[in-house]
Amino acid sequence: MEWLKVSKANLTVYIHPSKSNQVSKAVLRELSSLLFTFSEIVGGVVLAYDVNSLDTCAKILPGVHPYLGVKLKANLLLFCPKPNTLLEGKVVKLTQESIHVVVLGFSAAIITEKDIREEFVCKTKKGQEVYASRSNKRHVIKVGTMIRFLVKSFDEEILHICGSLIPDHTGSIYWLDKNLEVVSHADRSEKKKRIEPERIMLEQGAVDGELSNLDIVQKRTNAKRQKHWEES
Amino acid sequence: MVKVPVSDKEGSSVMENGGYSDYQLVRHFRSVLEEVTKGDRGNYDELVGYLHPKKNLNPDEVAILVTTLRALSGAVCCIDPNHHESLLFAVSRMSLWNYGTEVMDALLELIISLAASNGKYIDWCLEMLVKHFVPPFYLIDSLNNENGIDRKNKVLSRVHAALKEIADLVPLAPLRLCPIVVQNMPNVFSKEREIVIYFENMFKLEGGAIGEIVGATILPALVDRLLELDVEIGWDGILQEDSRGIFDMELEDIIKLADEDDNCHNMPQSELLNRKNLQGNQVVEKLDSLIVLALLHLESCQSSGRLTEVFDVLLPSFQKTVLNAYKSKFTQFVMFYACALDPEGCGVKFAMVLADMFASDLNPPITRMSAVAYLASYLSRAKFLSAALVTTIIQSLVDLCYAYCKFRDSDLNPRAHQVFYSGCQAIMYIMCFRMKSLMDVPRLKLQLLNMPMEAIWKHKLSPLKVCLPTVVVEFLRQAKAAKLFMASESFVFDDMLESDLSKAFGGMDRLDMFFPFDPCLLKKSESYIRPHFVRWSKVRTTYDEDDDDIGEVSDSGSEVSDDDFVDTNTRDMIDDDLMVTVEDLDFNPDLNKMSITPKNSLKYGRMPARIRPSTSPESL
Repeated sequence: MEWLKVSKANLTVYIHPSKSNQVSKAVLRELSSLLFTFSEIVGGVVLAYDVNSLDTCAKILPGVHPYLGVKLKANLLLFCPKPNTLLEGKVVKLTQESIHVVVLGFSAAIITEKDIREEFVCKTKKGQEVYASRSNKRHVIKVGTMIRFLVKSFDEEILHICGSLIPDHTGSIYWLDKNLEVVSHADRSEKKKRIEPERIMLEQGAVDGELSNLDIVQKRTNAKRQKHWEES
Repeated sequence: MVKVPVSDKEGSSVMENGGYSDYQLVRHFRSVLEEVTKGDRGNYDELVGYLHPKKNLNPDEVAILVTTLRALSGAVCCIDPNHHESLLFAVSRMSLWNYGTEVMDALLELIISLAASNGKYIDWCLEMLVKHFVPPFYLIDSLNNENGIDRKNKVLSRVHAALKEIADLVPLAPLRLCPIVVQNMPNVFSKEREIVIYFENMFKLEGGAIGEIVGATILPALVDRLLELDVEIGWDGILQEDSRGIFDMELEDIIKLADEDDNCHNMPQSELLNRKNLQGNQVVEKLDSLIVLALLHLESCQSSGRLTEVFDVLLPSFQKTVLNAYKSKFTQFVMFYACALDPEGCGVKFAMVLADMFASDLNPPITRMSAVAYLASYLSRAKFLSAALVTTIIQSLVDLCYAYCKFRDSDLNPRAHQVFYSGCQAIMYIMCFRMKSLMDVPRLKLQLLNMPMEAIWKHKLSPLKVCLPTVVVEFLRQAKAAKLFMASESFVFDDMLESDLSKAFGGMDRLDMFFPFDPCLLKKSESYIRPHFVRWSKVRTTYDEDDDDIGEVSDSGSEVSDDDFVDTNTRDMIDDDLMVTVEDLDFNPDLNKMSITPKNSLKYGRMPARIRPSTSPESL
């Protein structure tokens, strides 16, 4: 998941002298001010922080306000979507003109009609608008669907993303994964087919945004081996 | 309407809007918007023309406007702030208040689409929605009639629904909404109706789906605006006169107000006079209405089970601003009411936080003195607090004061030990109100008798000489009657009063005379506060022999019932609440005559007691 990473940062936090009696609280407050804003220094949006070590010595800046420079090491969880990388999000609104997506529950993304590949057509089903694929009837995007899309641009101030569904490997995550599975494991039994997609979804959610065929095959083989071990 | 070219493919779709499908219109509008970038503005200017506000639209014009707005919603991705400035300007001039529901819905659809289409428009859209919180000035007066109320409901429910929808599409929108709401808040000089309706919207926002996010910003901003109005009323100067003997004069001053309306029956004359002075003051009336709104919001929070969360936001805001404001008069009653609604939770927490603020050396002396003044007034006036809690707080105050003076051998020095003296005065003030009810409970009586109070009063720092004489006299009178100081063989505190010193420890702000929860002078707000409020006239004192037979307090001591403060004698009719707050309030209905310059209050020096404002502790 290249758009979500953990960075180790060496930071110096400048504390106002009035907060000198509660430095750790002031440090956390300063770090909290970074949350959900794009920071050029760390090159991403800080989603969480974890202070590893706090220097017990602080340098006092000369000046009218003698700020305290406190050095610390922290792990920062960063959200840094780059153009032409894949992102995943949940569809919250769908119209003929656009698909609105929310990524990780905080960042808004929009995919306009011109960025949706022609394979998809907007239909109204049961009073709800959906985008359905012409070639694969089961490939449907509707409100609530988790989709994978390509980043076109990212507004760092508003954290607004423009996305695209032009590439073939974009669309409903559920369908994409299932489709890959059907292609590579056509001989599996019906029962296993029902169980495996869930497993893959979980692994994929936890590990990476984009799983190759090889990865899935490897994981399935491992699972099979594990099962044999348990049986024996 | 501009001519729409129809291709074969599009022609097969459902035809609406006079022969064109919605989709065709959207496509056409997109091309019109894109043409502007190439320099062709003909169709674009015509399009903008449809959006210019016109009066008395006929049904056809309404239909065109709705169609235009709907089609624009589909074409928002082609709107560029650099090329389509006039279009955005035309939309920004449209007001939901001027249109029927069809146009309202179409306009909101456009705003929502714009907000979600591109990060650039989010602030613009939120600001546009917030502007609709208040109707145009020419409609404000019509809000009284049925049509006006109906229109208000239609507009505001849609505006709030739109804000919610934008928040769903752009999860970070509420964070951007907060500063916009705060910046657009009407100032203290705005019309009452305008500011009231804006506040209503803010409370609605806070109580709505995005309230959890915006509440932390909006509620403190609301309290700050209340405070701004509060200080706008202004205390008129700093009392410099000797308060000795005023307590007695106040008692002589009681008259029966038989000819007043029902609400004023039990009101002391001084309070009534001051309330009358407040009438007609626009700032006061604004503040009164806004405080009532705040109180009603707290009630709704309680019924929806989120009072604690709201209180947790209000409390830091109170600590930061209200507490340190120079003698805030009314805003603090919002906190009081929140505590009254949840005595066990908020009520106890408020007392504990104030006690901690007083105890903490980290706070500056003025904050500590202010905190203890609030604490004393709160514990004295809150009907809903248990006797056990009051005793616990008194114990902590006594312990603090005792620890302070134990290792100090210096003589009295009001300025140097002002925090100590304010603590002592707080203890005495609370005891004036609560001594009888506490002494009636054996367990609490024992606890009181075991407190090292006597050592404090007898210390070389001489708090009895420094604290406000009215409080000291009343305290000593009750203590004597209750035999609080059994350890001493004789009652040694007589003739210890030297009232001039109290001015010194109170400093320029006269914090020695600050009793924040003295009776609220705002008519509408007071009716909400009244059931939870203890008036001095209802307090049973230890020396009041007549009361001993009435309403004995239960031995449990866990709770002070209303009966503790109910006095069935004639004092009910002639409430002699000695107005503290009121004394140095010189409210003048004419704003021009208001002054924040300290007046030489000696002019009151020779006034007969009947019309002379009482000096502190007015609250007694």
